[in-house]
Amino acid sequence: MSSTTAPEHKFHAHGRGHRGFVRRWLMSTNHKDIGTLYITLAMIGALEGGALSMIMRAQLMYPNNTIITSGQTWNAIITAHGLLMIFFFVMPALIGGFGNWFVPMMIGAPDMAFPRLNNMSFWFLVMGFIFVNLGLLVGHGSGVGWTLYPPLANSTYQPGPAVDFTLFSLHLAGISSLLGAINFIATILNMRAPGMGMHKMPLFVWSILVTAFLLLLAIPVLAGAITMLIMDRNFGTSFFEPGGGGDPVLFQHLFWFFGHPEVYIMILPAFGIISHVVSTFSKKPIFGYLGMVYAMVAIGFVGFIVWAHHMFVSGISMDSKVYFEAATLVIAVPTGVKVFSWLATMWGGSVELKTPMLWALGFIFMFVIGGATGVVLANAGLDTELHNTYFVIAHFHYVLSMGSVFAIFAGFFYWIGKMYGRPYPEFLGKLHFWTFFIGVNLTFFPQHFLGLAGMPRRYPDYPTAFAGWNYVSSVGAMISGLSTLIFLYILFSIFTSKERLADNYWGEGANTLEWTVPSPAPHHTFEDVPVIR
Amino acid sequence: MTDDTHAAENQVVGHMPHPYHLVEPSLWPLFGAVSAILIATGIIFVAHYNDYVFLVMGALGAFSTMYVWWRDVIAESRTPGLHKLVTQIGLRYGMALFISSEVMFFVSFFWAYFNFFFYPSHMGYMHAAVWPPEHITTIDPFAVPLFNTMVLLLSGTTITWAHHALIEDDRRGLIRGLGCTIILGVAFLCGQTYEYTHSPFNFYHGGIFPSVFFIATGFHGFHVIVGTSFLTVNFFRALKGQFSPKRHFGFEAAAWYWHFVDVVWLFLFVCIYYLGRSAITAA
Repeated sequence: MSSTTAPEHKFHAHGRGHRGFVRRWLMSTNHKDIGTLYITLAMIGALEGGALSMIMRAQLMYPNNTIITSGQTWNAIITAHGLLMIFFFVMPALIGGFGNWFVPMMIGAPDMAFPRLNNMSFWFLVMGFIFVNLGLLVGHGSGVGWTLYPPLANSTYQPGPAVDFTLFSLHLAGISSLLGAINFIATILNMRAPGMGMHKMPLFVWSILVTAFLLLLAIPVLAGAITMLIMDRNFGTSFFEPGGGGDPVLFQHLFWFFGHPEVYIMILPAFGIISHVVSTFSKKPIFGYLGMVYAMVAIGFVGFIVWAHHMFVSGISMDSKVYFEAATLVIAVPTGVKVFSWLATMWGGSVELKTPMLWALGFIFMFVIGGATGVVLANAGLDTELHNTYFVIAHFHYVLSMGSVFAIFAGFFYWIGKMYGRPYPEFLGKLHFWTFFIGVNLTFFPQHFLGLAGMPRRYPDYPTAFAGWNYVSSVGAMISGLSTLIFLYILFSIFTSKERLADNYWGEGANTLEWTVPSPAPHHTFEDVPVIR
Repeated sequence: MTDDTHAAENQVVGHMPHPYHLVEPSLWPLFGAVSAILIATGIIFVAHYNDYVFLVMGALGAFSTMYVWWRDVIAESRTPGLHKLVTQIGLRYGMALFISSEVMFFVSFFWAYFNFFFYPSHMGYMHAAVWPPEHITTIDPFAVPLFNTMVLLLSGTTITWAHHALIEDDRRGLIRGLGCTIILGVAFLCGQTYEYTHSPFNFYHGGIFPSVFFIATGFHGFHVIVGTSFLTVNFFRALKGQFSPKRHFGFEAAAWYWHFVDVVWLFLFVCIYYLGRSAITAA
């Protein structure tokens, strides 16, 4: 995806910057090229993570299956699947990809605040991607789960270097996110077009701003935690080793102090995209703009003080459980504000069911289901029963693989014309949506039943009693896998299309700044900064 | 109602030339990332195979990247018309945000410390529930640590002296103030080295107290090294007369960083050395 040619520039010093493969793709200081690199990496990460999930569902299709016979191999696969999907698919697509492409455009800036730093963020992520694969492949693989809990992750149980590769992969990906976050905050606070106050910023920009603050404050705590784990494994400390006076639950606290904001890091940019898509295809401004903004700020803030709801069975005190349960339920309020505002935006609008809007509607529908099971799991009593069952798997795949991923597809079909200047095939887009929608629902809805019946997560096998729904779930996974082939064909047809698109190919309703520039957008969008009224 | 729509309000009413600094393509970010993966590989190889090759290569790569990258930034900042006011403000945002993230990094180590300080029962079965653990003799907070506290507090005043001299366009004062700050930074590091080499407990397999003690003070010490290096770069820039009373953000960033390092130390001194001392301490 590299043949975009921008129109000639007035400022040649920068216009020449993108000639030649090496200068353009290895040395880039351009937010659009770096965004494209991020989206490419995200697609590779998604395909690899998706392939791993196909292997997992193939193994779980029947009881006593023998595709994967080693528990360690199974654990290595679930670990790589989780880390790939989170750090090398959802985050680079939403933040590095769409964030890089559209934040500067939407605020009327020619580029990001620190273009070289932007490039380094991307390359650090590539290095993290290499390491996460080494973690999967070296020795017996790194079978620690994406949560990396000791004692399973310590040197007693997994002494080889694979776990260290996984841990350093998170260091590298974390530094990437941190530098990206600094860049986004500086860009948004410092480079808005004249006249664009904070309360006039498009909602996607707000979502990236809140996300960037979450990254800035959460990632370093993860860095500290995995540093201590690396020291425990290799350099004779005992932070998490009870034998030396350490405390494994401390790791859980540190991990989830990062991990809970992390789930909002993955969903807030999705909220931003959905707001734009819903507004565009309802031909109405978003309902309750300020409510939408402060709902995201509230979700971001409360997201930092609910982490121990992931630890209801770790032996925390009853008082802690009461607090963390109550605080967690509070998050349903701003989330409700967002969902009802999307519904109210559509209410009375002339809704047009183009592909991006289908994904947005799918997002709202699926995210509400995932949110509702989240309210279920927030109850400490219920969670004691449901913890580490397939109910949890179903819950977070409804908010992630149907929430964030649906928003990524919504954003892709909404913006691909702006990024590449060519249209996507509408019928195939819809076919892809419906097959994927049916596939993922068939995969994950039965997992609620499996979880309620007590099937534990992270095992390669199960008693025959769970066979029926597991079969259904695996069939669903195969459908969504095949659906991905349709998407690959869509990509092919976009890149071979000869048709050209207008500046604003969605027409009335699409009124943020990116629709005022040509499709594809020029190299540095705003050599002349627009003045906003 | 002006605020309840998304972007419908954003009507473009005119254009003006952008005031930002768009940088040329650069290979340094890729160099930096490759150096980082070499360092990470190096640490793994040191731990598992006692092989230092990758670590040395990575460290050299990282230092070279920093050198050429900052050389470029300094050259750009001295090219008239590139770093306009808005770019200078952007750099301030960047440094302030970086320091905020550093604060959160130290939060994780203080969290580890307080997890055991407030709840000694969180320690494993080997120990009675007291902090510091019974068999640990801690370092006397009023020996080297108090000296180091004074050294860092004094360095906070000398950097302010240098800053005021810079604002008054007094280059001699700037150079002297910066020089004193660097000497004090090195003095702190010497004190820390003495303390580590004479410590009454061991880092390796020493249990939970040495673990939290050395990781918190060790990472602080590392930040003192970084801060001292940052000040040293500024010292040479001051010698070359690259700062003016109006434009000296490189100096200010180093000063911010130095104050951050200073404040972290005060928390370390109070929470770990003083509040976490044992009944009998070793000097």
